[in-house]
Amino acid sequence: MLMKYVIKKIITLFLALFLISVIVFFAFSVLPADAAVAKLGTDATPERLEALREAMGLNKSVFERYGIWLVGALQGDFGKSLQYTNKTVTSLISTRLGNSAILSLISFVMVIVFSIPLGIFSAKRRSALGRGAMTTVTQVTMGIPSFFLGVLITYLFAILLHLFSLGNFVSPKKNFWAAVGYLIFPAIAIALPKIAMTVKFLTSSIRNELHKEYVRTAYSKGQTRNGVLYKHVLINAMIPVVTFLGVIVAEIVAGSLIVEQVFSVPGIGTLLITAITNRDYPVVEACVLLIAFFVIIINFAVDMIYKAIDPRVTV
Amino acid sequence: MKYLKKNKSLLIGLIITGIVLALALIGLFWTPYSTTEMSTTYKLSPPSAAHWFGTDNYGRDIFSRIMQGMGTTFIVSITTVVFGMIVGTVIGMVAGYVGGWFDEVIMRINDVLNAFPSVLLALVFVSFMGTGLLNIILALGILFIPSFARIARSEMLRLKSLQFVQSAQLSKAKHARIIFAHILPNALATIFASAAVGFNNAVLAEASLSYLGLGVQPPTASLGRMISEAGSYLVQAPWFAIAPGVAIIILVMGITLISEGLTKIEQ
Repeated sequence: MLMKYVIKKIITLFLALFLISVIVFFAFSVLPADAAVAKLGTDATPERLEALREAMGLNKSVFERYGIWLVGALQGDFGKSLQYTNKTVTSLISTRLGNSAILSLISFVMVIVFSIPLGIFSAKRRSALGRGAMTTVTQVTMGIPSFFLGVLITYLFAILLHLFSLGNFVSPKKNFWAAVGYLIFPAIAIALPKIAMTVKFLTSSIRNELHKEYVRTAYSKGQTRNGVLYKHVLINAMIPVVTFLGVIVAEIVAGSLIVEQVFSVPGIGTLLITAITNRDYPVVEACVLLIAFFVIIINFAVDMIYKAIDPRVTV
Repeated sequence: MKYLKKNKSLLIGLIITGIVLALALIGLFWTPYSTTEMSTTYKLSPPSAAHWFGTDNYGRDIFSRIMQGMGTTFIVSITTVVFGMIVGTVIGMVAGYVGGWFDEVIMRINDVLNAFPSVLLALVFVSFMGTGLLNIILALGILFIPSFARIARSEMLRLKSLQFVQSAQLSKAKHARIIFAHILPNALATIFASAAVGFNNAVLAEASLSYLGLGVQPPTASLGRMISEAGSYLVQAPWFAIAPGVAIIILVMGITLISEGLTKIEQ
């Protein structure tokens, strides 16, 4: 049974990866705007355009181009950027990937470190007032757009408190801790709404468990309230949270796309947005594909972990 | 009315959303000041009796621009959610009813799209369809199809084994009639409940896109773009960024409270 589950999931994984590559490639192939025109400008001579199309492989059929592109992509070659002449897409991405990865990692650590204790704390509140206060705080936090949070954090920490100066990002290769010190601020902007979401989810997950029969049994055997909570309830309540954290990872990656812009962090997000504005399609395709692959693989990993900790799950 | 007094979240939510909606609707036809006319004398002036939320870097009244921006947000969010809801419900209902390989294919595609961070998907659509009101609506609308399809499908699976459906099938009713006249009305409550959540996501997605400069294009005001323009004036004029941001938060809060109130009724 386990093998069957794993195999089915792996097939779905590859199907998803393939589907994403098809969607991404064909979406940009049906574009009305010609990449050759985009590069040379509308006043270029027809001969030059034709030569460039030939050089870029644009005169081949869509399917042929997809094949060539896919083979290249699998080897880590996404072609050349249209905007930055003579730079390969891969080199553009590789110089920025680390920054985005560190940013996402810090955000994720923040979510874990803050939301689990807060979730337990909030589930323990029994008074209507305490619950109401917690709900209001999480509700408001969830409704703040991450980029606005970024602006507020900039205002508070950079302008009023002078804890960092905006745009003064140092590459982690030069000074790792300086980079981390800068990235903590955008990470707060990304993590805060996600912490609120996770706290809300964990609270309701714990409360659901508290009504189950094994809890009553544990109480009748003389367990204390905390004993029931930490020895029995928490482990079971964490199972759905694992899946939820998979969603949170995807949300963090998406959030960093926008928040990088606010704090001018040279990452995948800023690269993608600049590429979209400048219609630099090879870069857009590669960034989207990269992020999508990451998200799909995270989902796959979550499914596997979920199966490992809760063998009752069926396909 | 008595019921509303008890259900505080619904009451407060309705009041907040009512005020915001009224301001936005008025903003479509009339604003205290012109939203486009620039003035060099009133550049970045702080909040005052004449300009409640101050003025921006071109001397435009921020309150007026927020009114117009909220209108844009409402138009985009409502149309995208309605579009996603209609298309998603039809796809989900048909897939759930037909079952078999058709269902399998639709749901797998759905899974893939659902796993995608929504902002990324919106960026992809906008990057090849271009910016502008109609393109934004279409891009965000497509975004909402998978979640509604999933909900509609699970409702269909729950309902189609019930007796009233079987008796309709036995009396040789047409499939389309069974799906849309018998089953759909019973699924509507659940679908509408998720529309409120969808609306909030649409507000945030629209705001993010316009923050990135990929939303509704100037001179039409949009809340996200106002915040992004205000970024360079944080030191001199913090109100320029804070006012539109708070407007978004209030808008989202109102709808959240309404949807919370509605879930209370369901229970």
